[in-house]
Amino acid sequence: MINTSDILETISMIQDENLDIRTVTMGISLLDCADADIHVSCEKIYRKITEKAARLVPVCEQIEKEYGIPIINKRISVTPIAMLVGVSGGDPVEYALTLERAAAAVGVNFIGGFSALVQRGFSAGDRELIEAIPEALSRTDHICASVNVGSTKAGINLDAVEIMGRMVRKAAEITKDRECIGASKLVVLCNAPENNPFMAGAFHGVGEPDTVIHVGVSGPGVVRSALARSGKGKSITEIADLIKRTAFKITRMGQLVGTLASERLGMPFGIVDLSLAPTPAVGDSVAHILEEIGLVQCGAAGTTAALALLNDAVKKGGVMASSMVGGLSGAFIPVSEDAGMIEAARSGALCIEKLEAMTSVCSVGLDMIIIPGDTTAEVISGIIADEAAIGMINSKTTAVRVIPAIGKQAGEELNFGGLLGYGPIMKVNTLSPSEFIHRGGQIPAPIQALRN
Amino acid sequence: MLAVITVTGKDTVGVLAKVSGECAEMGANIIDVSQTVMQGLFAMIMMVDIDHINCDFTEMVDRLDALGQGMGYVIHTMHEDIFNAMHKI
Repeated sequence: MINTSDILETISMIQDENLDIRTVTMGISLLDCADADIHVSCEKIYRKITEKAARLVPVCEQIEKEYGIPIINKRISVTPIAMLVGVSGGDPVEYALTLERAAAAVGVNFIGGFSALVQRGFSAGDRELIEAIPEALSRTDHICASVNVGSTKAGINLDAVEIMGRMVRKAAEITKDRECIGASKLVVLCNAPENNPFMAGAFHGVGEPDTVIHVGVSGPGVVRSALARSGKGKSITEIADLIKRTAFKITRMGQLVGTLASERLGMPFGIVDLSLAPTPAVGDSVAHILEEIGLVQCGAAGTTAALALLNDAVKKGGVMASSMVGGLSGAFIPVSEDAGMIEAARSGALCIEKLEAMTSVCSVGLDMIIIPGDTTAEVISGIIADEAAIGMINSKTTAVRVIPAIGKQAGEELNFGGLLGYGPIMKVNTLSPSEFIHRGGQIPAPIQALRN
Repeated sequence: MLAVITVTGKDTVGVLAKVSGECAEMGANIIDVSQTVMQGLFAMIMMVDIDHINCDFTEMVDRLDALGQGMGYVIHTMHEDIFNAMHKI
């Protein structure tokens, strides 16, 4: 029989501590949609997505109701569109518009996969897709773009890093009358996972099955509350244990929802992504967990160590709770999506250099950081190169999702609304890395790549 | 299959009767009830068998939710598997 206190604990986690499933993401391969004629290709894509994902939203809503767990986002990830552009040629924006139509038809919150993987170089379709990203993002609302510019195995494609600096700026520029929202849907990755359910970096890798269900859990509020309730006077070892126990429970819920969704949709269950994903809502912040561990404010000395412990404990607790763990799996630190990070950035406690250090011990990278509008493309490329280097050397995923606030300066704010949140513009070092970035070529794969 | 119904709110006369009446109407068999009143706050947990209910489980969730709202109570109805998943290894 189920214990009364367990029942009450679950209900208070959902009711008061913002426990939810952040996303159920259906991965759909579009490889069989590729056609030499772009119109035929688009038509096949629309048909495949609307057929495969027709029941995604209703099934998730039914699970939400029966089990009493909110599922915040229903999403789709698709084969990197650059591969289809490589076959069909033509204007890649057409693919984005097709995906947008499909997203509206099935009612999902996002489709990820307007992507290119260029860590080792450009193949057919890659450059065209990358150049089309700003326009694609400005003409759609539900499409996310990502470009993988490096990996531990391949090194870093500095030519791609250079282009991406310009594309991030351009994506912000052409949406400057809409809070530069374009750049918030574009992420530049190193070591991008092929089964990530989280946006903006989700795409459906070529090694994945035709269709698959991934689940991303959330729950920073639950971890913080557990620490607030029973963390007083405990040693850091005991704190790690408490986080592990909590992460276990959160992940079990993800595993249950994933299993149910895949059964009901009749497709294989992929992975649970054990990520602590914050939202701007009060009580759903990763920064507040770090503060609960004992920092006055996120960004203070000790932040990196506390985050390393949190990230590791989340994985250790989660990994036993799920039969398949994957994706990004770790604590997210997106500034504009986390109430505690926003406060810390506003007060000056948290700076971009500290965030960079934090990204070396957590998933993922410099995420949702608003930078001054006059930041040059070269500086953005430099930020991307630094972050990719951290990922490459440490064999982990890193990412850059910065939003240049066109026409605004440090101290002002942008507000994207919804889960993307709001936040202050953070200062960046403006010294130009122009000569380095424009050298072009490939940063060779590090010695860590040679593991055979 | 079992479902867990939790009812919380200010203690008044007839809460248990109303909730169990609604369950009976839908054909849900109550197999365990525990309830307590703490400082005027009523809290009840019910386990019900939903194998033979005469409506969809989602409809049952809605009906109990509406009943709760009508009485000024919060009623959650959830499938037992969520608790098993989270609290049992």
